[in-house]
Amino acid sequence: MLNKVSIALQSAFPKALLETTKFRNELTFRVKKENIREISQFLKEELGFNLCVDICGADRFNEEPRFEVIYNLMNLEHNTRIRLKVWLEEAKPHLPSVISVWPAADWYERETYDMFGIVFVNHPDMRRIYMPEDFEYFPMRKEFPLVGVPGSIPLPEFDERAQNLDAGKRYNQGQRI
Amino acid sequence: MARQKIYALLEDRDATLTFEEDDPLEQTMVLNMGPQHPATHGVLRVVLKLDGERVVHAVPELGYLHRAMEKLAENKSYHEFMPYTDRLDYMSPYSNNTALCLAVEKLAEIEVPERATYIRTIACELARISSHLLSIGALVMDTGALSVFLWTFQEREKIYDIFDLLTGARFTISHCRVGGIASDLSKECAELIIRWLKQFKPKIQEWRKLLDRNRIFIERLEGVGVISKEDAIAIGLSGPNLRASGVHYDIRRDEPYLAYNDLDFEIPTFENGDSYARYQMRMLEMEESVKIIEQALRKLPKGEVRNEDAKKTFPWKDEIYHSMESLIHDFMMTDSGIQMPKGEIYHAIEAPKGELGFYIQSRGEGVPWRLKIRSPSFCNLQALPKLVEGGMIADVVIIIGSLDPVMGEADK
Amino acid sequence: MSGQQGMGDGFLTTTLDAITNWGRANSIWPMPMGLSCCAIEMMAMAGPRYDIARFGAEVFRFSPRQSDLMIVAGTVTYKMATVVKKIWDQMPEPKWCIAMGACSSSGGMFRSYPVVQGIDQFLPVDVYVPGCPPRPDAVIHAVMEIQEKIKRQKDSFQDSFLAEDDAPQVRQPESPKEKEKLTVSE
Repeated sequence: MLNKVSIALQSAFPKALLETTKFRNELTFRVKKENIREISQFLKEELGFNLCVDICGADRFNEEPRFEVIYNLMNLEHNTRIRLKVWLEEAKPHLPSVISVWPAADWYERETYDMFGIVFVNHPDMRRIYMPEDFEYFPMRKEFPLVGVPGSIPLPEFDERAQNLDAGKRYNQGQRI
Repeated sequence: MARQKIYALLEDRDATLTFEEDDPLEQTMVLNMGPQHPATHGVLRVVLKLDGERVVHAVPELGYLHRAMEKLAENKSYHEFMPYTDRLDYMSPYSNNTALCLAVEKLAEIEVPERATYIRTIACELARISSHLLSIGALVMDTGALSVFLWTFQEREKIYDIFDLLTGARFTISHCRVGGIASDLSKECAELIIRWLKQFKPKIQEWRKLLDRNRIFIERLEGVGVISKEDAIAIGLSGPNLRASGVHYDIRRDEPYLAYNDLDFEIPTFENGDSYARYQMRMLEMEESVKIIEQALRKLPKGEVRNEDAKKTFPWKDEIYHSMESLIHDFMMTDSGIQMPKGEIYHAIEAPKGELGFYIQSRGEGVPWRLKIRSPSFCNLQALPKLVEGGMIADVVIIIGSLDPVMGEADK
Repeated sequence: MSGQQGMGDGFLTTTLDAITNWGRANSIWPMPMGLSCCAIEMMAMAGPRYDIARFGAEVFRFSPRQSDLMIVAGTVTYKMATVVKKIWDQMPEPKWCIAMGACSSSGGMFRSYPVVQGIDQFLPVDVYVPGCPPRPDAVIHAVMEIQEKIKRQKDSFQDSFLAEDDAPQVRQPESPKEKEKLTVSE
């Protein structure tokens, strides 16, 4: 089955298919980012990859192009899994959304945007999913420190009056508790 | 004035009450449910748009328990990351440990002794039962009956006792190791499991007798939150929720890992795709898990429980005290981790909630370059708006309960 | 100061205090702020085996208005912190707080960007419970510590029964200079 997929993709998209790797019996195809939607459509309709298991981003950091997006696909009938991969430049990390092919891609793409700042064009609801809306950074990028940037997310203030250790004493002094 | 008119109309039995167009009661209303809400199963927030009692639109909001698991994984060696996986799906920590270990073992091509595989299988199924117990208990509590929750918790406590004896910890266990497990299954523990199973089997029947044909329970669940087979696949459901919609897919059978290939069990499926089917799915899965544990205990082979390859697995603790080489290996493993080949793999297991997968990109170091957790709860929750829209507000709680999300895993 | 008001540290007030404290300590209504893993152990604490009802604290109220002890069980993220604080502010006085588990006490193993490194940055915590997660026995011990703390509290009778109008008036300092004098003399 895996060979069949490889041959079918090769013959249908000879120009868009850039690289094929096989590691531990898992196939990964690297494709051009402009063609990702057509290739997804082809994989779903012709080859039966009906389940989009996962979409995730990765940061290649000191290599060019910097970002990659990995599509983890599955064919429920034959139980075969393949991966699609797309490379993106740091300057313009935009690529077409595949939400029209697999509705499941909705939240996966939002998560990838939240973590890496990769924008999926034509996504209906491109918001952050985990971090607050006003958070400025993209935390899964390699340059972002693990402990975060101090003060980037506000914390509620400590209320001194809330301490009830000496509530009675303060009450006697005429303070409101 | 208007209010008095309404009151007067209400007094009259034959009059029909009509509101004017700009009446606030006629408009849709936005209701914020969560993140602190008794029935949201964690810190899930759902913003609902209501037209009377009917849900028009639902937007789940996540991230209240986002703990940067993936970022932490990039800064820890594979073994150091193990305790973090416990806290992903905290109803069934053993499944998560196993999923990570299997992924790492696939990447580094480490063989696991057969006995360790069987013990992992037993523990994974125990974890599945424990997870489903809580799920059913919470679901029944959401429908308004508290007693089942107390009963299931009683059984969970007994499973905790077994884990206490097997792993040394009751809740977050971190018992798996790359290339095996931390300690062997003792004879007392095996006996305890057998004793527990013996009294657990009639209990399931007892609960099913109470719930399965209970009219109130069925009316509350049947036809609520229906999702069709095609929609379920399209939205990316997995695990019991997918099988409840009629998709006959289980990783334990379709891509066998651990010892599931040698064991005989069935995969129950339902066609309805409603909350009642999802509840029944879990009940039947528990029965199958009991079968699996019994078989695995019977077939449990003798031998080692950890790979002896010192370059890839930790040496035993008593070896460290007696042999210099083991001490050096222990230092090496702790300091720089297992030396991995360059490459990327994805490995998934059938966790109690669904497909739990680890996608690892390795650059040949002791730490993963990128580790992505494909968490089932995250994907299952995505179906929530589809399930609740058009239904009643009272059913939202039931649907969340029947989807059984765990926010630790959904938010990562 | 309170002695001048006729309700000093005399026999009557201490006895009434003891009664009030006894009542408060044995009917704690916890607010289960279940956030993550610890929440399961908190449920186990309320469950049949550990049974917090023995200490009179089994009435878990999900409304902050009805509860006087907040058990923060689990990792508090920055996004959640505002919610926790909002709920804490809604609880009526007197109120107590237990930081259950390593995460809420100090951030625990999650030394990462979204996690608050200890809820005592914005909440006054009375008892910290170590463990990841702590066993239910440890949480029961924490509840017992809270009970001890309540029993030691002074002037609790006055707090609960004196209306706001009866509060003794203290002359407010007018100028900054006078204020300075006041603080020195105290």
